[in-house]
Amino acid sequence: MERILTRWLDIPDLRKLDVYAGNGGYKALRKALFEMKPEEIINEVKNSNLRGRGGAAFPTGVKWSFIPKDSKKPVYLCCNADESEPGTFANRYEIEFDPHCIIEGIAIACRAVGAHTAYTYLRGEFTVQKRILDAAIAEAYANNYLGKNILGSGFDLEVFTHRGAGAYICGEETGLLESLEGKRAYPRNRPPFPAIQGAFGCPTVVNNIETLSNVPHIINRGADWYKSIGPEKSPGPKLFCLSGHINKPGLYELPMGFPLKDLIYDVGGGILDGKALKGVIPGGSSFPIFTAEEAVKVNMDFDSVRAAGSLMGTAGVMVMHEDTCMVDALKTIAHFYHHESCGQCTPCREGCGWIEKLLIELEAGRGKMEDLKTLVDAATNMEGNTICVLADSLSMPVKSFVPKYRDEFEAHIKLGRCPFKTSSAQQAA
Amino acid sequence: MPKLTIDGKEVEAGADLNLIQAAELAGVEIPHYCYHPGLTIVGNCRMCLVEIEKAPKLQIACNTRVAEGMVVHTKSDKAKTAQKAVLEFLLINHPIDCPICDQAGECKLQDYYMDYDQQPSRFPLAEKNHKGKAIDIGSGVMLDQERCILCARCTRFFDEVTKTSELAIFERGDHNRIDINPGQPVNNKYAGNVVDICPVGALTEKEFRFRMRVWYLHRTASVCGGCERGCAIDIHHHRGRIYRFKPRFNPGVNSYWMCDEGRHSFPALQNETRLTSPLVQAKDQLVMEPWGEAIRRAASIIADYKRQYGPNSIAAVVDAQSSNEEAFALKQLMKTAIGSDRIATLSWSPPGASGDDDLLIRANKNPNARGLAALAIPADGLDGLAAAVASGELKMLIAMRADLVRALGEEEFVRRFGALDYMLVLSADANETCQMANQVWPIAAYPEIDGSFTNFKGRVQRINAAFPPPGAALAGIEAIARLGHALDGVDRPSSANAVFASMAAAEPAFKGLSLAALGEHGADLAS
Repeated sequence: MERILTRWLDIPDLRKLDVYAGNGGYKALRKALFEMKPEEIINEVKNSNLRGRGGAAFPTGVKWSFIPKDSKKPVYLCCNADESEPGTFANRYEIEFDPHCIIEGIAIACRAVGAHTAYTYLRGEFTVQKRILDAAIAEAYANNYLGKNILGSGFDLEVFTHRGAGAYICGEETGLLESLEGKRAYPRNRPPFPAIQGAFGCPTVVNNIETLSNVPHIINRGADWYKSIGPEKSPGPKLFCLSGHINKPGLYELPMGFPLKDLIYDVGGGILDGKALKGVIPGGSSFPIFTAEEAVKVNMDFDSVRAAGSLMGTAGVMVMHEDTCMVDALKTIAHFYHHESCGQCTPCREGCGWIEKLLIELEAGRGKMEDLKTLVDAATNMEGNTICVLADSLSMPVKSFVPKYRDEFEAHIKLGRCPFKTSSAQQAA
Repeated sequence: MPKLTIDGKEVEAGADLNLIQAAELAGVEIPHYCYHPGLTIVGNCRMCLVEIEKAPKLQIACNTRVAEGMVVHTKSDKAKTAQKAVLEFLLINHPIDCPICDQAGECKLQDYYMDYDQQPSRFPLAEKNHKGKAIDIGSGVMLDQERCILCARCTRFFDEVTKTSELAIFERGDHNRIDINPGQPVNNKYAGNVVDICPVGALTEKEFRFRMRVWYLHRTASVCGGCERGCAIDIHHHRGRIYRFKPRFNPGVNSYWMCDEGRHSFPALQNETRLTSPLVQAKDQLVMEPWGEAIRRAASIIADYKRQYGPNSIAAVVDAQSSNEEAFALKQLMKTAIGSDRIATLSWSPPGASGDDDLLIRANKNPNARGLAALAIPADGLDGLAAAVASGELKMLIAMRADLVRALGEEEFVRRFGALDYMLVLSADANETCQMANQVWPIAAYPEIDGSFTNFKGRVQRINAAFPPPGAALAGIEAIARLGHALDGVDRPSSANAVFASMAAAEPAFKGLSLAALGEHGADLAS
């Protein structure tokens, strides 16, 4: 398949402005500025069926259309580069190798929604990436792709980058906005939605980097072309982050709807050491796990993964082979969410820690049978009852791991130790 | 107004109300911790989750506005499961130290556990997170971080009401804790309010801690006498002693709050210097005498002066700490039984007292200065009285709560009023003016009387007797009525209701008002 989002593999030095511009770069921005009305840009993106790549898969054009047309307040665009979902590493490559595509996407999106200020919120650890992006932004300013009266169109746009301080919750769009405003990243109650009251109380669009990277291609080649890639309702090129017990882990660009089986066994070169597959989390650690039997039947697009009982999220595909202790794996996931819960809402603040503590006991062989019920109860009670979906992000793995690998959980309880560790390793642990 | 159904009850509610408020109208309680009507909505406790028909998942009632045709269930299986779950989560890391917690008895964790949870804990005691305990965060507030449920009412109060922002949430997840910034203690005049609004035992009052179990306390609605704002309060008392003042909601006066000065003003009302018996000057000493004798003595002195020097040889000074009824009764006594028109107000605030601020505190530390003005008792009458003393016309003074020596300073008092022949002082305390008096009558402090104060904006609010005055002390209006009867044989009303009724009949400013009809929020003066 033609590489679209990962053109950098074919074009050396694509991160440099002259190379980017020499390969059709900023053509889409010119088109958006001189040939299209904002309304037409929004409609083109709407028609392309582009869906948000940050995890929620909300139709991007529809999100843009929620911005009030006659807003008396300024409109802001926030580019979410707080890429923190475990198993996800697409945005960092895009920033490193194709930053101008992001900037072009930002500029087109701003033109569409009438924003003249854009903020890019990068995760705290993206120090190098911020330098790269800042350098690219400086180049774009120097060549009038950003700044006042862009390319003589009369359209002004200022782009700022902001680096977080290392909190997962800042990737949640309203947590991001709070953090951007200099506050504790406590996600906000909705309504009001960011489209009405976002950054600094003004209408705001928050889009993921990968979402925005798709935009120049859609403007250049049209919605119909875009829809021809993958399933019509969930189309487009997609970056898959393949990790875990796999021979060729890495970032792969594939069309939406690509079979998970082929991703693992063909693209990914199969399971490490020729072992058997035990489970796959398809969308980053926040989502239900597929067993080996389920995994080989799934196609990787938003709707197919959902129909199969999980979510594609950020497409952080984590592969686990037969030697994985699923209790230990879930414990690791719980540790992450316990550590990252902002602590605002009661169920998440208290539930994540409770679940981790239960899993520590279970993994160490000190659990009781009723703990399995408690575990699922706690997860169920967290789900859907909080301001943001961080609680759900631990609830979903718990509620899939426990029933799907129940025999492993029970084995820990019955044996009084982890069956995947030798007794000496258990003692060392 | 939108019509909606809550637990099968149809209710009409203003469009700007949320579901907690609308439910209250329908007589349905929706449990909540973080929601407080005087603060912004954060929706973090999740205790108020309710089921709304056609909504895909449970919604928090505090952040949901009423809408036409909305059907809300607060007791459905889904809602009940969520309520139980939130309580289970809240109690996971809570120390459950109710036996030694001051909040016990007025704790929303206890109340809601009994109402909505009642399941045994599934969390091992040994695994609870530990945080700071008994931290003195300043301004008389103590913090227990383990008991805290992180509802953020206190941080919002300091952010939004006092705008001092001393408290913040630190750390993350279940390590979250409320704290001050290092070295910057709470320092504002409204800190006690965070103790009131803390739904659990995390914030307690230093002065109140370990003093009294709250279930022994009785509550009497009253008004704070600390300044002319007249914040509505509840007096919390037990066996004739006040243990604390708590603000009572009054939208037109103090909203939900009160200042710390007012909150901590009650010890002065029950100290060692309270008077318990009428006193009379004998050989440079004040000695006790029974009321009968005290009244007869005063009445005969007044009659003598009236006969010898005329009615205007007798004057009264009413302090702005007096109730409307006391001031009116004395004004009437002067007019009808004595025939004097010499009456003046003492409205004095100690030097160095706090000035007006943007929130509640007023520089005038008298709760009824406006009331006396409404009764047309001259505010600047003291100079006239002093002049009349100097010219020899004024011989006798009746001082109602007025501590003239303290207000004027001893030297100035002697210079102006030292030539008086006779002084009768009605006071709750043995103050310096009493030392100069020929007769001292013990009267009830304001927590011990029925009546009313008029605040500086003209709002007349009820005060109620929480308990009887100490010893032989009488309500001020009772003492005045007895004196009046001794003077002219006329029965004067001695109940606050009756005095107020005559006041409403006689005084244009109080026209149309009645004590019983003042209600919990009071009523504005007629003029």
